[in-house]
Amino acid sequence: MATSATVSAPRSGGRSFVQRLRSGDEIARLITLAFATSILLVTVALVYELWVTSALPRQKFGLSFLTSSSWDPVSGQFGALPFIYGTVITSAIALFIAVPIGVGAAIFLAELAPARISSAFTFFIELLAAVPSVIYGLLAIFTLVPLMRDYVEPFLRKTLGFLPIFSGNIYGYGYLTAGVILAVMTLPFIISISREALLEVPTEQREAALALGATRWESTWQAVVPWARLGIFGSIFLALARALGETMAVTMVIGNDPTIHASLFAPGYAIAPIIANEFTEATGDLYLQSLVGLALVLFFLTVVINALARLLIIATTRRGSAHP
Amino acid sequence: MTLRNRWRKTLSYIMLSLTGVCAVLAVSLLFVILGYLIYNGGRSLDWNFFTKLPKPPGENGSGMANAILGSIQIVLLATLIGLPVGFMAGIYLSEFGGKTFAFLVRYMADLLNGVPSIVIGIFVWTVVVRRFHFSAIAGALALALILIPITARSTEQFMISVPQTLREGALALGASKWKTIATVVVPAAYRGIATGMILGVARISGETAPLLFTSLNNQFWSGGLSQPTASLPVMVYTHALAPYDDWHRQAWAAGLVLLLGVLFANIAARLILSRGIAVQK
Amino acid sequence: MKKSNLWLGVFAALAILLAVAQAKVLINAAGATFPYPIYGKWFEEFTKVDPDAQINYQSIGSGGGIRQFTENTVDFGASDMPMTDEQIGKVKNKPLHFPSVLGGLVPTYNIPGVTQELKFTPAALAGIYLGKIKKWNDPELTNANPGAKLPANEILVVHRSDGSGTTFVWTDYLAKVSPEWKSKVGVNSSVSWPVGLGGKGNEGVSGIVKQTPNSIGYVELIYALQNKMAYGMVRNSSGTYLKADLDSVTQAAAATATTMPADFRVSITNPSGKNAYPISSFTWLLIPSKIDDPAKKKAIVTFLHWMLTDGQKFAGSLGYAPLPKEVVAKEEKQIALIK
Repeated sequence: MATSATVSAPRSGGRSFVQRLRSGDEIARLITLAFATSILLVTVALVYELWVTSALPRQKFGLSFLTSSSWDPVSGQFGALPFIYGTVITSAIALFIAVPIGVGAAIFLAELAPARISSAFTFFIELLAAVPSVIYGLLAIFTLVPLMRDYVEPFLRKTLGFLPIFSGNIYGYGYLTAGVILAVMTLPFIISISREALLEVPTEQREAALALGATRWESTWQAVVPWARLGIFGSIFLALARALGETMAVTMVIGNDPTIHASLFAPGYAIAPIIANEFTEATGDLYLQSLVGLALVLFFLTVVINALARLLIIATTRRGSAHP
Repeated sequence: MTLRNRWRKTLSYIMLSLTGVCAVLAVSLLFVILGYLIYNGGRSLDWNFFTKLPKPPGENGSGMANAILGSIQIVLLATLIGLPVGFMAGIYLSEFGGKTFAFLVRYMADLLNGVPSIVIGIFVWTVVVRRFHFSAIAGALALALILIPITARSTEQFMISVPQTLREGALALGASKWKTIATVVVPAAYRGIATGMILGVARISGETAPLLFTSLNNQFWSGGLSQPTASLPVMVYTHALAPYDDWHRQAWAAGLVLLLGVLFANIAARLILSRGIAVQK
Repeated sequence: MKKSNLWLGVFAALAILLAVAQAKVLINAAGATFPYPIYGKWFEEFTKVDPDAQINYQSIGSGGGIRQFTENTVDFGASDMPMTDEQIGKVKNKPLHFPSVLGGLVPTYNIPGVTQELKFTPAALAGIYLGKIKKWNDPELTNANPGAKLPANEILVVHRSDGSGTTFVWTDYLAKVSPEWKSKVGVNSSVSWPVGLGGKGNEGVSGIVKQTPNSIGYVELIYALQNKMAYGMVRNSSGTYLKADLDSVTQAAAATATTMPADFRVSITNPSGKNAYPISSFTWLLIPSKIDDPAKKKAIVTFLHWMLTDGQKFAGSLGYAPLPKEVVAKEEKQIALIK
């Protein structure tokens, strides 16, 4: 329905501010702009608060905050290294387990499975991604920990115990168990994104390899997968970013020992769990601010990894439409 | 067939079967999780669970009625705050956005999306709880901060997927831009937007870490939105860590209720989306 | 969507959001896990005494109790570790320490095949927690327990991961009986543990010990009792091996009948006294000296009076010991100091 505002005095190009205002568009734009700006403001406020509330340890320790491995509230020494170590190790274990299984499953779903099974399986796997972290933790405490403590870890110690990573006391709680539950939690992301990356590979790739006499596996592994490798790496980085920040499940099984241990059986600590455990009770400003400092480290880690992930995934989709 | 070729063929069989094993393993995990929860939680779900308050440790007849109501309250409030903000921001990004500003907002939204939820909890603690004490509102704010970027990006995604021709048609008929958006574009993208919203709400209802230092917990009925409030995820956490067998049973039961709620929302959302796609020409 | 459905939805949402507990005086408290079983019981019983008051207590650890009290996010706190002068200096609204009950810390263990009560010497406990005694069949343990079949398994040590008054009491005791502990680790609510795995709260430690064979942890007596876990006897300064119970813990506080300081901050670990249990402690409520809200003040004062009289009757059945009469009398006087 034409209103007089839009019909009157058409200019050479767009409408005037007043005309836009009258037709309500400017208001709509301003309102939605306000909401969009709020996202910007909140993020800026978040980084600002984190930075400001972690000033004390930065002043006191400087960069050695990141390299010191002593966490001693009694003497006021706070170092982030045991937690960075724990976060990195548990994420590494998670990827070590989840990447082969995830990429394998993605290959199956994208290449081999008939369409209906593929979508049904994908549906279930995406549901897996929706399971809350605390539920994984609940299961981990009562099913995974006894399993690790009574079967898996003793077996590893018996067979591979000469390696320092598989030596030492077995509690059931520790880096390895945390890594395993993280693997389960990150698996759906690797599968679903890798599957999409694999589906984007043009069939010519596959067919060319097969025409050259490759077996089905060779065609998949040597022609299809490399084409999708950017997307697959993207999925791995995304999974890594999630693993770094996972809190509840890891908190419940990592064992809460702020020391660096070589053995994977040993109880350890990571950034998100110590914040969850000690935040409400950090007595003293330096203590509290050191925890916020840890949060800041975690924030930067996840930002960087997420950015890398997204770059890789964007590169794949762009590549999918362009030529190599 | 030469030996080498036979080996290659066998390898192919083995590797491809392995991938099948991986896929089956991944899918079975979901059923293992559900199975354990149904077995352990189902046994502990009784009428008490839904109607009674928690009792001191060691006493029987406990329930989590306050946590169920508390979770609903916190999530509802978070939804009321977060969905409109995210939705509006998403519309801005898809319909009005200029180049640089929209890019910045998108980048920040993705940033916020990737922030671990515990860091969001710390942020809300420093800004809200330190001044106004533990409260359901603080918890809802933390959850809203998680919901907003998810909603914004998914809204934008589905709005963008509406073909430009629809917009142009409406504009050609003389409708103003906002009317076009409100009456043509949004309804066209409605299914996808609704799906994104439902998935987002399902995600925040399972979040525990941001609630730990904002809404805390409460063994009684919450005294209102400005008071500490019990929630199902926090209850699962505290009860799982305790030594009491009774509390473990409760943790399983609460976990089951929580998981069923989240899964149900997810399945519903995906069905809506898939039905929508099938219907659209 | 029909308009009427929409309105119904909005109405329902509002109804849910505004569902509140009936008009009550709502008091929020947080702190120690050590007394949580009895506090939980008390606060529930108290709703029968004063139906208008509702005290919501969250057991987040003594460190948490002190912190949240300092930040003024709770109405009162609870801790098994008295606030230090430095911590008190940070609070504008100075805390009044009110001992609430006496409790004993026990070494609880889970050793497959061992069902009897083990005897622990102070050196054994210090050695285990220092990581120097690594196996259950170490001479320090076998000598004290000739009849027990202690296996050659590794001892899995469990301690607290959170800021804990219970840890404070435990390390306070160990520092008194082991100079090596005192110099190497020290005394605090959160220390740098030489070995072991951290559990959250008394609940977490008992949970882990209960499920992990060959483990040992330190918990308040009631946690071992309620969960039917084995716990050991500890040798006190007079050489007697004692179990923590009503008598032995009460004996540990006997001296405070006369020597309790005015601000009630005292440690009673490793006391003299033939039948005194060596690892006992008071636990305190941290009440602000100035409470602005008159309704809250009235409720808290009423609760304190009740706690010191009727509340003490619940102590025995829950594995705690009631406060000495003389201490109660002094506390009644301190209540008047709340403005």
